[in-house]
Amino acid sequence: MIRYVGRRLLQGAFVLWAAYTVSFLILYLLPGDAVSIMASGDEQNSVDPALVAKLRSEYGLDRPLHEQYVIALFKALQLDFGVSIKNGVAATQAVAEVLPETIKLAAAGFALAVLLGSALAIAASFSRNRWVRQLVASLPPLGIAVPTFWIGLLLLQFFSFRLRLFPALGNDGAQSLVLPALTLAIPTSAVIAQLLIRSLHQTLGEPYIEQIRAKGASDALIHFGHALRNAAIPTLTMLGILVGNLLAGAVVSETVFSRTGIGRLTVTAVNSRDIPVVQTLVVLAAAIFVITSLIVDLIYPLVDPRINTAARATA
Amino acid sequence: MSQQLLRDSPGPAADAPDPGRDEVRDPLSAAGRTAAPAAVGRGPAAPPAIARLARRARVLLKSPGLVLAVLVIAVVILWAVIPGAFTQWPPDTGVPSARLKPPSAEHWFGTDSLGRDLFSRVVHGSATSLAATAVAVAVGLVAGSLLGLLAGFLRGWVDDAIMRVMDVLLAIPSLLLSLALITVLGFGTVNIAIAVGIASVANFARIMRAESLRVGSAVYVEAARSSGVRWHGILLRHVLPNAAGPVLALSALEFGMAVLSISSLSFLGFGAPPPAAEWGSLVAGGRDYLVAAWWLVTLPGLVIAAVVLSTNRISHAFQDPERNRT
Repeated sequence: MIRYVGRRLLQGAFVLWAAYTVSFLILYLLPGDAVSIMASGDEQNSVDPALVAKLRSEYGLDRPLHEQYVIALFKALQLDFGVSIKNGVAATQAVAEVLPETIKLAAAGFALAVLLGSALAIAASFSRNRWVRQLVASLPPLGIAVPTFWIGLLLLQFFSFRLRLFPALGNDGAQSLVLPALTLAIPTSAVIAQLLIRSLHQTLGEPYIEQIRAKGASDALIHFGHALRNAAIPTLTMLGILVGNLLAGAVVSETVFSRTGIGRLTVTAVNSRDIPVVQTLVVLAAAIFVITSLIVDLIYPLVDPRINTAARATA
Repeated sequence: MSQQLLRDSPGPAADAPDPGRDEVRDPLSAAGRTAAPAAVGRGPAAPPAIARLARRARVLLKSPGLVLAVLVIAVVILWAVIPGAFTQWPPDTGVPSARLKPPSAEHWFGTDSLGRDLFSRVVHGSATSLAATAVAVAVGLVAGSLLGLLAGFLRGWVDDAIMRVMDVLLAIPSLLLSLALITVLGFGTVNIAIAVGIASVANFARIMRAESLRVGSAVYVEAARSSGVRWHGILLRHVLPNAAGPVLALSALEFGMAVLSISSLSFLGFGAPPPAAEWGSLVAGGRDYLVAAWWLVTLPGLVIAAVVLSTNRISHAFQDPERNRT
């Protein structure tokens, strides 16, 4: 088991390194380095070329690329991703400052999504009425097709402006968390519901379910006692991508509701072409994906004892 | 924002790990290669063309949803090609006396803060939106297919190198990847289209690789190879035609996802500057009038949702016969 976790950590480290390298190549190879972007910030008072050259050597941008890369990589290993072009704060610090707000939002959104998604899937599978079942089953494709920013704006319009139930913007308290979290939750829950409906349908056709039913188990017992747990596994597989989607959704949700968080930070960083901050965010996203995948692998055996992660790894 | 997940849906039923098999798919690498098991075992059995057409027509008539989806896409494409046939209002000049009028027989989608007809703006904007989407899908399709073919054909370290990079791209949420690319490419409709296209390369590469591996190891291809057909002959005659189905299904799906991504990015303000109308920026333009004019946000958003829903439905239709054919 320890060997397995070690191997997975090594794999994760590789993905992180690759994510860093890919983002370095994308962000630094293309024309327009950090200093020339800073210098082109205001065109009316053109920056002294000598100053630009001095800044470039200060940032190490006049060195050959492979040297720049090695230096940057060593700094990145010490969690130093450079300094934000916008306000001179370390990029990692700029991200860390607003990260808790996004974690709160994503956690609330995810909890809501799991609740909504499984409720939909169970309703679709439980209902004996064909029409109800089809209606419920038609909701997830709808939820996936609808733009997130549009959901956010409609919620804002209806619940904040018409009914005045929730504040329209800002980060104060649980009240202001409801609508942004719901905005995040709706598309995610649609994905969860779609996956669950499909695998629940498959699971309910398995011979062991028939046997339980023949023994006289009720629908509720079949669903909650047996089928749901097995049906959850394909959805669990997708957890890494689902969490990544929450992060992407946060970009939109935080913009619509004017919340501070890494989503908003992403938009402002892209707007001001703040390369160090953008790179930090990309590597952070990859790290979150790696960690989630590892966690998923470790909880598989808890959900389904037949799955032996470590044994398979050594096989 | 469920692009990444949706991309996995060509064949998730087949991908779903069977709890009976003592096997856990490794999400890190499996995310990049789930298509492989789904693709295995599909024979090249093709019924005569006429029978197939008749069957297609029957299937089409049986699913009114699909017919509706095709109609929606057809109408939107017509909007883009001949906007003048659908609305007599100009998209860019407003009537000051008709500011913020709710939807009516005269102005189907109402008017905006400058008295411009919103329906006309949506119709005229569809050219920009669809062109950007087409560029995005084309970039993803061409680059992704090439990489996938290279990986599947050459195997060995080329395969490893390409697919490792694709795995890394899949680990980063596509919207974030697009945003990072926009940081270097700059703003504007063409740039966001390219960024969205590059962000979808990994999905196309994955499918194409799986298909070329599947076809490349089929007995009839081995026979062709041993009877002296060169690699380009095999590529053109066997691999590409056989890969067309799954790749088309993915393209349709990616089309819808690209509509969502592009409208999101232009909603965030990275698209064309103000006077130009694009679906996402139209929704963004209505943000300031949420209280006074509900239609400004609601109706363009509804159009986006209808288009994405339709392309998803069409993609599903592409997949179905593939899935049933064993």
